[in-house]
Amino acid sequence: MESIGVLMACPMNPYLEQELDKRFTLHRFWKVPDKSTFLTSHSNSIRAVVGNASAGADSQMIEALPKLEIVASFSVGLDKIDLAKCKEKGIRVTNTPDVLTEDVADLAIGLMLAVLRKLCESDRYVRSGKWKIGNYSLTTKFTGKRVGIIGLGRIGMAIAKRAEAFSCPISYHSRTEKPEIKYKYYPSVVELAANCDILVVACSLTEETRHIINRKVIDALGAKGVLINIGRGPHVDEPELVSALVERRLGGAGLDVFEHEPEVPEELFGLDNVVLLPHVGSGTVETRKAMADLVLGNLEAHFLKKPLLTPVV
Amino acid sequence: MAAENQSHTSQSDLPYVLILKPPPSFALFGDHVLDSPRFQYLKAYESPLPLPQFLHTHAHSVQAVLSSGRAPVTADTICLLPRLGLVVTTSQGLNHIDLSECRRRGIAVASAGNTYSADCADSVVGLLIDVLRKISAANRYVKQGLWSSQGVYPLGYKLGGKRVGIVGLGSIGTEVAKRLEAFGCSISYNSRTKKPLVPYTFYPNVVQLAANCDALIICCALTDETYHLINKEVLSALGKDGVIINIARGPIIDEKELVRCLVKGEIRGAGLDVFEHEPDVPVELFELDNVVMSPHNAVFTRESFEDLCKLVVGNFEAFFSNEPLLSPVALDHLPHFSGGKD
Repeated sequence: MESIGVLMACPMNPYLEQELDKRFTLHRFWKVPDKSTFLTSHSNSIRAVVGNASAGADSQMIEALPKLEIVASFSVGLDKIDLAKCKEKGIRVTNTPDVLTEDVADLAIGLMLAVLRKLCESDRYVRSGKWKIGNYSLTTKFTGKRVGIIGLGRIGMAIAKRAEAFSCPISYHSRTEKPEIKYKYYPSVVELAANCDILVVACSLTEETRHIINRKVIDALGAKGVLINIGRGPHVDEPELVSALVERRLGGAGLDVFEHEPEVPEELFGLDNVVLLPHVGSGTVETRKAMADLVLGNLEAHFLKKPLLTPVV
Repeated sequence: MAAENQSHTSQSDLPYVLILKPPPSFALFGDHVLDSPRFQYLKAYESPLPLPQFLHTHAHSVQAVLSSGRAPVTADTICLLPRLGLVVTTSQGLNHIDLSECRRRGIAVASAGNTYSADCADSVVGLLIDVLRKISAANRYVKQGLWSSQGVYPLGYKLGGKRVGIVGLGSIGTEVAKRLEAFGCSISYNSRTKKPLVPYTFYPNVVQLAANCDALIICCALTDETYHLINKEVLSALGKDGVIINIARGPIIDEKELVRCLVKGEIRGAGLDVFEHEPDVPVELFELDNVVMSPHNAVFTRESFEDLCKLVVGNFEAFFSNEPLLSPVALDHLPHFSGGKD
């Protein structure tokens, strides 16, 4: 398989890169000085693209690579891949579901605790020496708070299971109500926001869910409400969120994703009710290895003409 | 209701509760947050008299004492209060009360009961996720603008499937276990006695517990037996992939040894709400990204404080009405804390 050309869209994992290098002819797209010339000159040799949450295979790239057979994403989210175009051209698409579900759900709860209990600020307080002068202020109890989940897929369900252990009543919104689920369903995100204390975004990013967290939802969540985003940055109307937090119209936020990563609105840096993370939802040693193995496994299966491990298209 | 009571009982008829030093609730909510129409407070800290003299003056009026961490109830104090029948503490811990003297004198003790258990357990989980997933460190990184300039943040460690060892399976330890099970952790514990109805693995000593877990959680009381329980041997057994979380009392861990292990990378990380000499914290810890610290505020939520205030008042009111206490401490089997070996 060493002659098969694989294009890696951006740096994502040293182990994955190393393994791809061993097994295929690996092209590192981020090291290419002139991307369009590169695509033209390699249009006949690139048969696979490996993408992730930051960069995948858009329409332009797919058109430029007539020999493209498979796009393997090092992520569960598929918003950086033109799925319709792939379907049209018979290009297979795989992602990395299940292996990262627990880590993302753990992080969502970690963010809830960090925001409500002001863990990062407490740590900062101790490190600054201020404890010698006085006690830190009271924080907000997490146990028993109402958690509202947007998107009750694998990750949403895992978040619900964890929050239940803290006696948090669970409610949700998704495209359709799930009758077999015992949690309370709300037909709109605004209603969900109005009836919970902590709102978590756990759905996939599509045209319909872009800016699903808008001014109306933020207003409904309110000055005591907290927003947690472990989905995708574009789920949230970021300027609206920033002004709501700065003006204290929203109680707090825990954000792992942003509209223009790695750019993060600086107005949020000084807020003690906001926790900001650099897109680390699946960022553990254990899970990234499992994700990498899944990408490698899918590519191997494809080129050996065996069934794909985690196909989407 | 208060007016009705006052028409029957004048202020001077109300029984006295002695306060040696103001409890944390006063600083947060004001001096009247624990008021009741059924009793009144005698505030020793407002008197110009030195304490022994003050106690001597009011000895025969005091039937109950309101204690907190900073206002210990020693044998000497108890000795000066012949009518003392009840000590109510605002804290979870009891190491600041001479329990054997209370037992000897037949003085009842009421604690915070289960008021803080959920908040303590939530702190444990929050600290554990923070240490493993580097939440505080990564938040600092982003807020310093380093994500766009320096790029990808180092990977953390997965919580799911980790083996959690709980030292002390009381009300807090039980709440911790319940929560971490939902994250796919396996639970084991060490306690003074094995608990037959509990589904978790029991280890007869802390070294064995540490050797068989990835995260060691300290949830026990501070007593003579548990002082420096977590020592070099235990930390060595925990090992370089192990994390320790302490929301109990600082002196349960040999702090010098803990700091040495963390600085040398002999354990993976630590989440600490308590320290041996609060509010002093070893400065070596400030250099470390794998340590998350909080200023002994694991129970300091608005909700718990409101619940606690109701409980404290309720306990005193029950006592003065000869009704059962709301959160009595069983004194028969409790070990004593003599104050450490420093």
